[in-house]
Amino acid sequence: MTRVAVLKGGRSLERQVSLKSGARVQDALERLGHDVVAIDVGHDLVARLRDTAPDVAFVALHGRDGEDGTVQELLEALGIPYTGPGVSACIRCADKVLAKHHMLDAGIPTPDFFAFNETAFKELGAADALPAIEERLRFPIVVKPAGQGSALGIKFAAEPKDVPGALVAAFSYGDKVLLEHHVDGRDLAVSIVDGEALPIVEAVPREEDFYDFEARYEFGRTEFVCPAQLPGGLSARAQQLALDVWRVMGCRGFARVDLMLAASGDELTVLEANAIPGMTETSLLPQAADAAGIGFDALIERIVQLAE
Amino acid sequence: MKSSAMRDLMALTERADIISLAGGLPDTASFPAESFAAIMSRVAVDSTARSLQYGPTEGLAVLKGCIAEVMAEEGTEIDPEEVLVTTGGQQVIDLVCKTVVDPGDVIVAEAPTYPGAVPTFCSYQADVVQVSLDEDGMRIDELEATLDRLEAQGRRPKFIYTVPTFQNPAGTTMSLPRRRRLVEVARERELLVLEDNPYGLLRYEGDPLPTLFALEGGDFVVYLGTFSKILSPGVRLGWSVGPRPVLEKMNIGKQATDLCSSSLTQLFVAAYFAGGRWQDYVQSLREIYRRRRDVMLDSLAECLGPESRWTHPQGGLFIWATLPDYIDTTDLLARALDEHVAFVPGRAAYVDGRGGSSMRLNFSGVGEADIREGVRRIGEVVREQVELYGTLTGSHRIVAPAEPEEPARPDPDLADVLHLPAPPERRQRPGAREG
Repeated sequence: MTRVAVLKGGRSLERQVSLKSGARVQDALERLGHDVVAIDVGHDLVARLRDTAPDVAFVALHGRDGEDGTVQELLEALGIPYTGPGVSACIRCADKVLAKHHMLDAGIPTPDFFAFNETAFKELGAADALPAIEERLRFPIVVKPAGQGSALGIKFAAEPKDVPGALVAAFSYGDKVLLEHHVDGRDLAVSIVDGEALPIVEAVPREEDFYDFEARYEFGRTEFVCPAQLPGGLSARAQQLALDVWRVMGCRGFARVDLMLAASGDELTVLEANAIPGMTETSLLPQAADAAGIGFDALIERIVQLAE
Repeated sequence: MKSSAMRDLMALTERADIISLAGGLPDTASFPAESFAAIMSRVAVDSTARSLQYGPTEGLAVLKGCIAEVMAEEGTEIDPEEVLVTTGGQQVIDLVCKTVVDPGDVIVAEAPTYPGAVPTFCSYQADVVQVSLDEDGMRIDELEATLDRLEAQGRRPKFIYTVPTFQNPAGTTMSLPRRRRLVEVARERELLVLEDNPYGLLRYEGDPLPTLFALEGGDFVVYLGTFSKILSPGVRLGWSVGPRPVLEKMNIGKQATDLCSSSLTQLFVAAYFAGGRWQDYVQSLREIYRRRRDVMLDSLAECLGPESRWTHPQGGLFIWATLPDYIDTTDLLARALDEHVAFVPGRAAYVDGRGGSSMRLNFSGVGEADIREGVRRIGEVVREQVELYGTLTGSHRIVAPAEPEEPARPDPDLADVLHLPAPPERRQRPGAREG
C-alpha cells in the first residue's frame, strides 16, 4: 500500500475544477487500496506534507502554483516523488508564450503570434505597433493571457476596434498577453501518458450558426467526439506532432496537447500543452484513456506508478 | 449563471481573505446574542416536542400570525389562513416554477434580474425573456410590446417575475403608476405576476409604496415574502400569498419537496415576535444599512471616475454600477480577486449575455471600513483598466456607459438613473461569411 497525498484546490482561478479533479482521483486511489491523504493546498502545504510523509504526491492542481512548477519545486525540495511533468516542463507549458517559442525553435507549427508585457504598452508605445501586428497576424485574432489555463480571459477580435478591449480583458489575468491568429477549423486534443499518444478527442460546438469563442467551454454547448474522425493519416500526424511537443517541453507522466486542424486543407497547428490536464467527469484525458480501453482507475494507477 | 467559468470564479469570492461586496448577506452580527439565547431557551423549554416534530406543510398557525404582522407593516392586509410558509423566499420561486412551468415555457423577468432566480428558471428549462428597467422599475411599455410580440408567436408567458421594490440587482423601485399599470396588464391578459419583495421594509428614504399584491386588482399576483432580510436567512423561512388555486398547487409541490419547513425555526420566529420588538430590530438594521449605503455612495463618487455610473437605491441591499463598455466585469473580477475584493459581474443578472460592463455591489454584508476599502480597491483596478485602454487606443477619451451628457458625479436626486448595456452584437463565425 502506498500513501498518496492528493494535492488539490489551492488559490488559483481554477480552484473549483481542481477540487473536482482531486475528488475523483481520491476516489480512484481509495478503490485501488492506497492510503489517501487529501490536501487543499494553502499556507500549511509544507507542514502537511512533512506530517503525512506521503510516498507519492498526486498533483491535481490547475493554474497558478500547481501547473507552473511552483508546487513541483517544493516537492523536489522535500524529496517527495510526484505525478506529472517536472518543474522545467511545467514552467514551459504554463507560459503559453514560452511554449510557443520552444515549438517554433523545434520547427513545430503553431499559429502566428505576438506577445507583450503591459509595460510594452505603457512604457514603449507598443499600441502604435498594433496596426502592424494586426496586419501581420490577419483577423480574426485571439487574445489570451499568457499564463491562464482555463477559458477565462480569452477574447476574440474580429476587427481592429475589438483589440484594445480584448487586451484589457487579458491583462486582468496577468502581466503578459498573447495575440494569436485565430485558425478556423477543428479543435483537437491529444492526451499523452508515458510518451504514448491516446486516441484524439475533438470538441465540436453544438450551435454551428452562432460561433462564440466561449461557447465551447460551456457545459452542454460542446460535444466531444473520441476518437475524432479525421481524414486518412491525419490522426497519426496529429499524434506525432503532440509527441514532438511532449518531447520538446520535456514532459513526463502525462500531459495534453491542444491542436487545430485548419478548416481548409489539412494543416495542423499546435495551440498549447497542458502539464496538468483536468481529471473531472467531462475532462478530455480520461475520455481519451477510456477510448483506448484504459479505465479511470487503471489510468490513475499508471500515473502514480510513473511518479518520480 | 450559465457559464461554468464564471461560477468557478464566484466560488472564489467566498474566501476569508476577500472583502466581498458580492453576497447579499444581511448583517446577522447585529442580532443581540442574549436575545438569541433567551428565545432559543424559551422554545426549548416551552415547545420541546413540537419544535422537534414535523409540522403542517402550509406552516404553523402561530407563524402565519407573525407573517400577517409583517405584511401589515407594509400596508398589506391578509388573512393568515391564506399563507403558505416556505423554506426561504427562494422556495417560492422554485414552487411557482414547479407549479406552472413546463420546459420551453416563457417567463418574463426584468433586465437585469435577481441572479439567484436565473438557475431556478433554467432548471425548469424556461425560456426567460427580459424586459428593461429604468429608474422607475420595469418598463411596462416594453413589457406590453414584448407580450404582444410573444402573443403573435402564439406564446403565452407563464408568469412575470419582478422585484418591484429596491430591485436586486439594480436597486431601483417601480413607480406607483407602473405598479398600477402592471397589475392592470396582468388582469387584462390573465397573467400571473410573481412579486418578490424581500427588502420592502428596508427603506432608508422616500415614501413607502404599496405592494403589487395590495393594489386594487392585484388578483393575479403571487406574493413572495421572507424573514431573511428582516431577521435571519439562517431560519430559512419565507412565505407566499396569492390566488388560491396557485397556492394549493404550490402546497402540493412543497409536500413533494420537503413536507414542511422547520418547526424549530418557525417556533423561534414566533417566540421572537411574541417579544414585540421585531420592528425595533428592523429599525436598527435600517440605520446600519442606511449608513453603509451612504458610505458606499460616497466611496463610489470618490473612487470611480466620470466614465462610470451607478444607481442610488432608496433601500434594499444593492447598488448597480456600470463601467465603460470596453471593461468586462467578469475579467475585472479576476483582477479584483488579486486585490482581495469581490463583486457580482453583471452578466449573472442576464440570460442573454448582456450586463458585461456592469456589476452588483452589496452594502449590507460588511462594515463601513471594509466598504470604503473594497470600493477603493475596485476603483483602483477600474482606473488601471481605463488608463490601459486609453494607452491602447492612443487616446484618453472618456467613454461614458450610456449617456455621455450625464453629470460626472450625479446629484443624489438625479443619480438613480440606470444605464443598461446594449445587447451584444451577434458575432460572426470567423471565415464563414465575408466579414
